[in-house]
Amino acid sequence: MTDISKLKDLTTQVRRDIVRMVHAVNSGHPGGSLGCAEFFVALYNEVMDYDADTFNMDGKGEDLFFLSNGHISPVWYSVLARAGFFPIDELNTFRKLDSRLQGHPTTHEGLPGVRVASGSLGQGLSVAVGAAETKKLNGDDKLVFSLHGDGELQEGQIWEAAMYAAANKVDNIISTIDYNGRQIDGDLSDVLDLGNLRAKWEAFGWDVLEMNGNDMEDVLRGLADAKSRTGKGKPVMIIMATEMGNGVDFMMGSHKWHGVAPNDEQLADALSQNAETLGDY
Amino acid sequence: MENFTVQNTKDTRSGFGEGLLELGRKNPNVVALCADLTGSLKMNAFEDEFPERFFQTGIGEANMMGLAAGMTIGGKIPFTGTFANFSTGRVYDQIRQSIAYSGKNVKICASHAGLTLGEDGATHQILEDIGMMKMLPGMTVINPCDFNQTKAATIAIADHEGPVYLRFGRPKVENFTPVDQKFEIGKALHLITGTDVSIFATGHLVWKSIEAARALAEKGISAEVINIHTIKPLDAEAVIKSAQKTGCVVTAEEHMMNGGLGDSVAQVLARNCPTPLEMVAVNDTFGESGTPAELMTKYGIDTADVIAAAERAVARK
Repeated sequence: MTDISKLKDLTTQVRRDIVRMVHAVNSGHPGGSLGCAEFFVALYNEVMDYDADTFNMDGKGEDLFFLSNGHISPVWYSVLARAGFFPIDELNTFRKLDSRLQGHPTTHEGLPGVRVASGSLGQGLSVAVGAAETKKLNGDDKLVFSLHGDGELQEGQIWEAAMYAAANKVDNIISTIDYNGRQIDGDLSDVLDLGNLRAKWEAFGWDVLEMNGNDMEDVLRGLADAKSRTGKGKPVMIIMATEMGNGVDFMMGSHKWHGVAPNDEQLADALSQNAETLGDY
Repeated sequence: MENFTVQNTKDTRSGFGEGLLELGRKNPNVVALCADLTGSLKMNAFEDEFPERFFQTGIGEANMMGLAAGMTIGGKIPFTGTFANFSTGRVYDQIRQSIAYSGKNVKICASHAGLTLGEDGATHQILEDIGMMKMLPGMTVINPCDFNQTKAATIAIADHEGPVYLRFGRPKVENFTPVDQKFEIGKALHLITGTDVSIFATGHLVWKSIEAARALAEKGISAEVINIHTIKPLDAEAVIKSAQKTGCVVTAEEHMMNGGLGDSVAQVLARNCPTPLEMVAVNDTFGESGTPAELMTKYGIDTADVIAAAERAVARK
């Protein structure tokens, strides 16, 4: 039985980690990270099957996750650390010299939990589909998960991968779009409108469902629903509605906190809205 | 002077195709991806024999590179196949982030490199690929000279852990290296011993350099010919040793002068033993339509150009 209150406590703590990490180095991407906190907490604590202690690149017999929009590394690092992939204290090194916690995630420094570098957008879906193909070749019935920004869908490679996955019935993948409607230059609809996103993915041959990414109960429902749709000949896409900056009121409702760090007063304000549930790093 | 027997004329891409098929038979982890150029890359035999390990991506090279990177996760060894232009320039950022920076064990196999692609013209005649690939940290760059060597190189790179760029070509060329040779990555091959000038050649220019050495001998110039099939990591020891012996150097390649083998050799020489150097390469220009032979002549990378470069180099001693 899922203990929702525990997941919510962890989510609150992850939010604190995010704003503290970004504040500490006065750089990084808090907005998208905060919006995806529930998703990451649910994925790593309720949905995916993995062993953090024995992390290895091949991940045979385990579910795999790929972050395509690598700039929201703070939320991933926090959730990975709190899931036991590496010491929680290491969050102190985020974006600093000689750290394994690079500004954008990479395998280069050997951080457990990361299987490919991401940051230059649009590449992660191809990589995730490739990993899913290898799982099929290996007779491995575990799943591949991936997360993508909505602005990232403006990259053409995403649609190459979308076409390939459906045409080849790669049905052991669950991809999710963080549909917060905002990107660096403003609202997505002003910068380059995606049109009918659901219809686009359906037209590309994916099985599409939607969920509210900032409602833990709905995230759990959506991910369970997605899992039940795998193995049926179609790749599965979750369009996840989120609010950029969710959980920190002054960061919500604007694209301006995409890649800006809070100052000391703003940090205090953000932390006052998110209680220290599990202990700060 | 050393003699070389031309066994036949064959395209280097067919050497890749045969090597890939042999690899498929001996290594179940080898998988192949192709972006709608299966026939051109000679990958049909692999596709026919191992359909479950062959992945047709359609005309989507960026996706192909990402798929290949992902397929390494779980232990597969992906070989991607498309033209050299679409293997590098078109997908540089995908290779950079998802393959090179991520340290993925992907073999990027690139056909129709350089001017000898011929009539299709400059859109397809990439002359910058070696430069782009050798700049990527951790990338191995190989440009074999004939059918037999391309086959051997294809087989050898499967045992090398890490990304590799394997470059080969379209036309039939003299096939003169040993059948079933052992291919050692990073090891320059001494073909002709000489005392007056060192010719370091790669790819299709290796045979032309052998022809040049014969012509030079008739002119009283003793040329040493060394096959640099691996441009990165470069066999610096072989370069220095030969350059110190002969006192002047020629590099020869079917590539742009900027960023090619000549650049790599120049770095080694300048740091270790400054030596007069002449480069046979395409000089800061795009190609055009024409037959391979016409293009090699017009753009100054033919046997006659190697001979002339050697004479210039010797004169500078």
